[in-house]
Amino acid sequence: MDFAFSDEQEMLRAAARDWLADRYPADRVATLADSASGWDPASWKELTGLGWLDPELGLLEHAVLAEETGYALFPGPWLVTVGLALPAFGDRPPDQPTTLAWVDDGAATLREAASSVACRADEEVDGWRLSGLKRAVPDASSAAQAVVVARTGDGIALFRVDLDAAHDAVHVLSTMDSTRRLAELRLDGTPAEPLGDPAQAPAVLRAVRRRALALLSCEAVGVTQRALDLAVDHAKNRTQFDRPIGSYQGISHRLANVYAELELARSVAYRAAWCVAVDDPDTDEAVATATVAAGRAAVTGCESALQAMGGIGFTWDHPLHRLYKRAQWIEAFEGFGRTHRADLAAVLLDG
Amino acid sequence: MDFRDSPEEADFRRQFRSWLRENLPADWSERDPNVGRWDLGLARDWTHRLYEAGYAGLSWPREYGGRGLPLTYQVIYLEEVARVDAPDHIGVIGLGMAGPTIMAHGTPEQKEQHLSRILSGETIFCQGFSEPGSGSDLASLRTRAERDGEEFVINGQKVWSSYAHVADWCILLTRSDPAAAKHSGMTYLLLDMHAPGVEVRPLRQITGDPEFNEIFLTDVRVPVRNVVGEIGAGWQVAMTTLLHERGTLGFALTARLDGLLRRLVTTAKKTGTAGDPLVRDRIAALYVDLQTLRFTNYRALTGLMRTGVPGPEGSVTKLYWSEANQRLTSLAVELLGPDAQVTGDGGFWSGYWQYQQLRSRGNTIEAGTSEILRNIVAERVIGLPRSR
Repeated sequence: MDFAFSDEQEMLRAAARDWLADRYPADRVATLADSASGWDPASWKELTGLGWLDPELGLLEHAVLAEETGYALFPGPWLVTVGLALPAFGDRPPDQPTTLAWVDDGAATLREAASSVACRADEEVDGWRLSGLKRAVPDASSAAQAVVVARTGDGIALFRVDLDAAHDAVHVLSTMDSTRRLAELRLDGTPAEPLGDPAQAPAVLRAVRRRALALLSCEAVGVTQRALDLAVDHAKNRTQFDRPIGSYQGISHRLANVYAELELARSVAYRAAWCVAVDDPDTDEAVATATVAAGRAAVTGCESALQAMGGIGFTWDHPLHRLYKRAQWIEAFEGFGRTHRADLAAVLLDG
Repeated sequence: MDFRDSPEEADFRRQFRSWLRENLPADWSERDPNVGRWDLGLARDWTHRLYEAGYAGLSWPREYGGRGLPLTYQVIYLEEVARVDAPDHIGVIGLGMAGPTIMAHGTPEQKEQHLSRILSGETIFCQGFSEPGSGSDLASLRTRAERDGEEFVINGQKVWSSYAHVADWCILLTRSDPAAAKHSGMTYLLLDMHAPGVEVRPLRQITGDPEFNEIFLTDVRVPVRNVVGEIGAGWQVAMTTLLHERGTLGFALTARLDGLLRRLVTTAKKTGTAGDPLVRDRIAALYVDLQTLRFTNYRALTGLMRTGVPGPEGSVTKLYWSEANQRLTSLAVELLGPDAQVTGDGGFWSGYWQYQQLRSRGNTIEAGTSEILRNIVAERVIGLPRSR
């Protein structure tokens, strides 16, 4: 039993943290989040240069980076590329920003999409074409291509759609978290290439689900840590009734709870990443546990930070609301906590 | 990062698992868990068997009668004990508090006299820290230790002392210099519970059980050779004891919660509530709580094994364990429905859950109240200013 990242993984973390602190301070993230494109397209080259898309990186390395990008609230399609799209490319990350489109009228979740979707794929004389409305596609406006789950006469299959060519199909929605936007893909005979063996598509989507939930749990840990750091800093420096407000137990005990729930969630988030990385038999349980704990820690942690920070944290100019909205984004992904608790209950009570 | 047992650990787990199977009564898992809760004879006999088989003090150094194994083996031991709800070693205070303190600060004679007897169950320790006027503010304690030649004369009163009614020895924190500053002038002593002037009165608590005791000390004479650490440096020695109480017990607490969760699942099935979606959601939430505690313990342990100090995350496990235990036991009583009031004969497991539920209310008070533990996290871990 050894529960620590390796020295190399810690070096990767330190380098990522330094780079993000330097290139993505809160005011730049805010500017990008409020801009039309939502990110800096030049950053993709920088990420490649940093090695964040190297095929040598394993899931634990991705977990470290997900936590750090969550902490900085890095806006850009890195997580969708390594967290959602990667398994469709045989575990070698695609070299351009890539998203995954799975939600439609036939599937609200990745789990459902692994068995059936509404979006249709038809083989024409000049190749495959997709039709149907894909919803809630993350970072579609910043991705160059999308992996789309569609159904053929034989079942579900994965297709690659060039979003630069099909940019008219992308309709960005107004969403809460403007650092990771959602879009609709309005496919109407849109050209697409088959991706991989269709017989493997359900297994690929199950792998995507595990990977995405583990990485988002780690991202949630980063979000929670940032919210806690902001609140602690405020509570040390804000004075009322001639004392720093962090000396009042109404504040300090609330923040102690945030710390506790953060550390408890951190443990199961890292463990889930490890389980996915080694394909442990307990992976589904580990992923459900981490998703419940980390999503909750992030949302309630941000809420406690909002309370501790008073009026200042309630303003648009303060970074806290962006963390809160990312926490809510994560919690909403693949069903809120109760969905995953229902899965755990089935294992505990129906066995 | 790797959560799997090493081949040696896996061997050990297999051996201990089969030892448990061979040594527990055949009908153990079907027994009413409430029967024999206070059977000291059973606990002593079990402790002796553990000791003979080499399963007591796995991580204690060999020179003190232990096996000198890494702490991971102790964790495997606790996990396997929890898996089959095997009884505890009787020396809870000795193994978790007195032993580590004597190892860290004791004289060679004290080590020789006590350590291996703690492991064998021959010597049972109790703890004399809290007083009627000194709970969370432990350093305000007033039990006096006055020097008289080669002895201290002790007068005072201790309270909330579990095992005192059966204990042979007590780790006793006293005030030896009332003129010194609050955290100085304390002396840590090993008190022979059979000495004249020691009177133990059981304290009946909310559950109806006399689990804790009051200890009255009237002109009790303790030889100076029984001082642990330096005279006047008792506070520092006591901090070692409390560090062990709050740190290494995390695994034992989680293991216990694991056992209770399994019984909760059994109870839900037996009471026909296992299909209720609200019940299912709460049981799953408790399972998540358990897993977060379990893996946080692992993380703190890795920190301890790598650096010699437990990681700061270990400071939260007792706090969150105690609250999870309260939620779990309250839910269990709720599942009993109309039988929730019935204890003893005719009650579900003869009142096991009602006992556990009432007992759990003490968990947020004993071994550092939740308020004190939150102060510690706020001030020493996340660096907020002191509240007083």
